[in-house]
Amino acid sequence: MAAIDTGDTAWMMMSAALVLLMIPGLALFYGGMVRSKSVLNMIMMSFSALGLVAVLWIFFGFSITFGNSVGDAGYIGDVTQFLGLTSLVNTEAVIGTIPAPVFIAFQGMFAAITVALISGSIADRAKFGAWLVFAGIWATVVYFPVAHWVFAFDEFVATTGGWIANDLGAIDFAGGTAVHINAGAAGLALAIILGKRIGFGKTPIRPHNLPIVMLGAALLWFGWFGFNAGSAVGSNGLSGVAFINTIGATAAAMLSWLLVEKLRYGHATSLGAASGVVAGLVAITPACASVDAIGALIIGAIAGILCALSVGLKFRFGYDDSLDVVAVHLVGGLVGTIMIGFVGVGVGLFDGGGNDQLVKQVIGAGAVLAYSFIVTLIIGKLIDLVIGFRISADEEQAGIDVSFHAERGYELSDSSSGGLSGASKGA
Amino acid sequence: MKLITAIVKPFKLDDVKTALATAGVNGLTVSEASGMGRQRGHVEVYRGAEYAVDLVPKIRIEVLVDDAQVAQTVDAIVKAANTGKIGDGKVWVVPVESIVRVRTGESGTAAL
Repeated sequence: MAAIDTGDTAWMMMSAALVLLMIPGLALFYGGMVRSKSVLNMIMMSFSALGLVAVLWIFFGFSITFGNSVGDAGYIGDVTQFLGLTSLVNTEAVIGTIPAPVFIAFQGMFAAITVALISGSIADRAKFGAWLVFAGIWATVVYFPVAHWVFAFDEFVATTGGWIANDLGAIDFAGGTAVHINAGAAGLALAIILGKRIGFGKTPIRPHNLPIVMLGAALLWFGWFGFNAGSAVGSNGLSGVAFINTIGATAAAMLSWLLVEKLRYGHATSLGAASGVVAGLVAITPACASVDAIGALIIGAIAGILCALSVGLKFRFGYDDSLDVVAVHLVGGLVGTIMIGFVGVGVGLFDGGGNDQLVKQVIGAGAVLAYSFIVTLIIGKLIDLVIGFRISADEEQAGIDVSFHAERGYELSDSSSGGLSGASKGA
Repeated sequence: MKLITAIVKPFKLDDVKTALATAGVNGLTVSEASGMGRQRGHVEVYRGAEYAVDLVPKIRIEVLVDDAQVAQTVDAIVKAANTGKIGDGKVWVVPVESIVRVRTGESGTAAL
């Protein structure tokens, strides 16, 4: 049995907690961008994704992702192998150089945040129960298998792993395909299924609290150090490279997004800065261990420009991707994944690697995009047919917070106070 | 007795308050309002989507005065709130039928 490295273990426990922190960070990032009447629902979609997916992860998600590939085909892990984690959650089990439970916790947080990311495309209008049903089915049918394709390396957790990691050999260090292209494509599919919000493209639907958007973006950046540098599954030179690139690409993307805004609209905005940060983080995610510092700056700058230019697509094509999951996560994920084929050290076209890696990157990205988009369309449509995915027009106009959660995000004056209705159930 | 209502630019509130005190007005009510006149609104940009925001923030000041005080009070507000630029606001006067002071029950001009 491999020995536990205490430095690796300490960093990976920290990293798992950092990735967890990204989920409330995302909740604030998204929550500030919606109108005040739906801030709680927006935050709840992220929080509930964490609650639900973590439970599924423990029951069977880890096994589908990291169990032996069924038929050695590389498509899906053996759900029975680690069912309930009984063989792995003890003081003896080791994966790599860290205790198995630490690796399981770290990867579980990835599953949760990927599901949460999708919620940005369906702001203000999804039934909360339908969202939970979707989140559970999507994690099971889309995320766990796709994470198996990308993250399950042969002989690491189990004997055989996924096809993208082992057979194709596309590089995705921390989840440009499995997390961001995956969530972005799913967001596009759900936005199409649910349709536009009332007033989309006609009346202003403005962010209600940009300071919490900025706070959310900052928490995402902070947590992303665990996401990227933690994906080294160790505390070493590789995690160090990923760490600095998580700064460089992100900073460059913030600047390039602001530049695009200034040139096109005349104003550099705080929402643009926050969006550029997230676009840069997304783009460097697959590439953070495969490029040098200059390569990271190039990827970040390109992601900032292309993502900023992509936010207008939803108006042109008429789909209401409310918080731009497509423009930031799908486009950003594609930029990072494909750019490895150009600037990847030793493998990229511009670094003497020929075009072999570029072709692999495009195939990996395209496969995840297509699978996620098509399967999400099917899941979304089925849920809509069986239980209904969208809230009524009256509920939407009143605000989903009051109509579905019976709460309001802000009580800014006492003048609306009333009496208790019904008996208080308190002690 | 008259009710004077003034809509002014938010940053002019302190000037108007000072001018009213100088003019001998003891009480006033202030609320945040939004509206539009000839100024119209401004443009806001969120991720490239430009929104014309018609309603701009204003402050609404309400003052109750005796008939004899109307002219000087309106004058004080107008002078204090004036910047000479579009969007300075409006002041109007309407008659008031009765006033009661809640604490004492006094009514009419005694309640001012």
